[in-house]
Amino acid sequence: MSTTFAVLVARDLRLAARRRIDAALPIAFFTVAVSLFPLGVGPEPQTLRQIAPGVVWVAALLAAMLSVTQLYATDLADGSLEQMLLVPDARLAIAAAKAASHWLVTGLPLVVVAPVFGLMFDMSGEAIAALVASLVLGTPVLSLLGGLGAALTLGLRSGAVLLILIIVPLCIPALIFGAGAVAAVDAGQSARGHYSLLGAVVIFTAVLAPIATAAALRIATE
Amino acid sequence: MSTTTSRLRLYRFASPATFYPLAGKLVPWFAAVAAILAAWGLWLGMLRAPTDATQGDAYRIIFIHVPAAWMSMLLYVVMAFWAAVGWAFNARLASVVARAIAPTGAMFTFLALWTGALWGKPTWGTWWVWDARLTSELILLFLYAGYLALVSAIDDPRRADRAGALLAIVGSVNVPIIYFSVVWWNTLHQGASVSPAAAPKMAAIMLQAMLLMTLAFWAYAFAVIFVRARAIALERDNDANWAGAAVGRAHPQSEATT
Repeated sequence: MSTTFAVLVARDLRLAARRRIDAALPIAFFTVAVSLFPLGVGPEPQTLRQIAPGVVWVAALLAAMLSVTQLYATDLADGSLEQMLLVPDARLAIAAAKAASHWLVTGLPLVVVAPVFGLMFDMSGEAIAALVASLVLGTPVLSLLGGLGAALTLGLRSGAVLLILIIVPLCIPALIFGAGAVAAVDAGQSARGHYSLLGAVVIFTAVLAPIATAAALRIATE
Repeated sequence: MSTTTSRLRLYRFASPATFYPLAGKLVPWFAAVAAILAAWGLWLGMLRAPTDATQGDAYRIIFIHVPAAWMSMLLYVVMAFWAAVGWAFNARLASVVARAIAPTGAMFTFLALWTGALWGKPTWGTWWVWDARLTSELILLFLYAGYLALVSAIDDPRRADRAGALLAIVGSVNVPIIYFSVVWWNTLHQGASVSPAAAPKMAAIMLQAMLLMTLAFWAYAFAVIFVRARAIALERDNDANWAGAAVGRAHPQSEATT
């Protein structure tokens, strides 16, 4: 089980390293989406500082949802997903490995570039630190739930829009606590409660989402 | 011996061939009960109940709003339950019922939001506030929409039923988390906001009218869900003999392709 997990994560990372532009697309989307807000809302630093946590979080959520549609799709198209599923009792490991590699390829780079946008939105140093911390805790939830959506919508027409419709409502707690942590720091309060709740959501999702994803993979490939 | 017969009787109604005529007989009764109870409840609520001292006549919308909100939440749980039964025990009729419930549940959710907006304008002075209850009801509408979109996007009925069941179960596990996160978000952002809980205590006649309307909605839901489940069952068992007999087709096999 743990070998299957490690092998699959290494494989997905190698694939991402060989298709660098593809792997960078979610970050490019994130950058463009976040940059649109000052153009639409106006350049006043006060307004930007106030909307920054929500904007960064919503853009991260959408970047994760858009990129996660490809998580199983390419493997299904070239037949490698069916080969992976032939390994006995491997569904859970596949589900966990796919979510982990999605986070490493998409979630982690988002965490790394987020401080730059914090500076562009004139956020304080403490608020930027809170933003990074909330993204570190929260983006795994997006990858885990996104993986579930990708498995449920495997091979369907208009799967990408469908995935956003069915998974975004489930991501709302992560969004609320993630953006809320930054807003709390901005308001001079302690963000510890937000981090605790976000951590609880992460643990809950990490335990249950791979099981649900494994079931969804079985349903989709039967 | 008696246990086997009772079990057989129970399973008998899980067969579409038995369910179809039985539900067909029950639909007019549920429809009639819904109409009578709704007429009674609306008469009590609209004409007999006194005008509210603070809210005027605008409060009367609760006789539709509150039962609709109750039904919207109840039907999601019932839908998830039957979808899970259909998935776990391979009971086709349970999956059919789950799919038949979803549009009615979504309709009640929309009705609750719409009547809430109509009540909010004269009472709060705004069509919409990002109150915890309103927001979570809106998210419930998204969950219904996601279920409906997912099952209609999958052509194979078996896969559609199971994927829908998984989504409904995941959704119902998440509903409390979403609800509490929204409540917390709301108290953080809004401070003391207007709340439906602040409404004055209810007179007995108002409660009576509201309960009558709830029962009317319940009977309506049964009638509509049975009509829809009958149609889905008939469509799925198109080639079966009982389906041919139900629509008066002489040779079901020969006409199955048309």
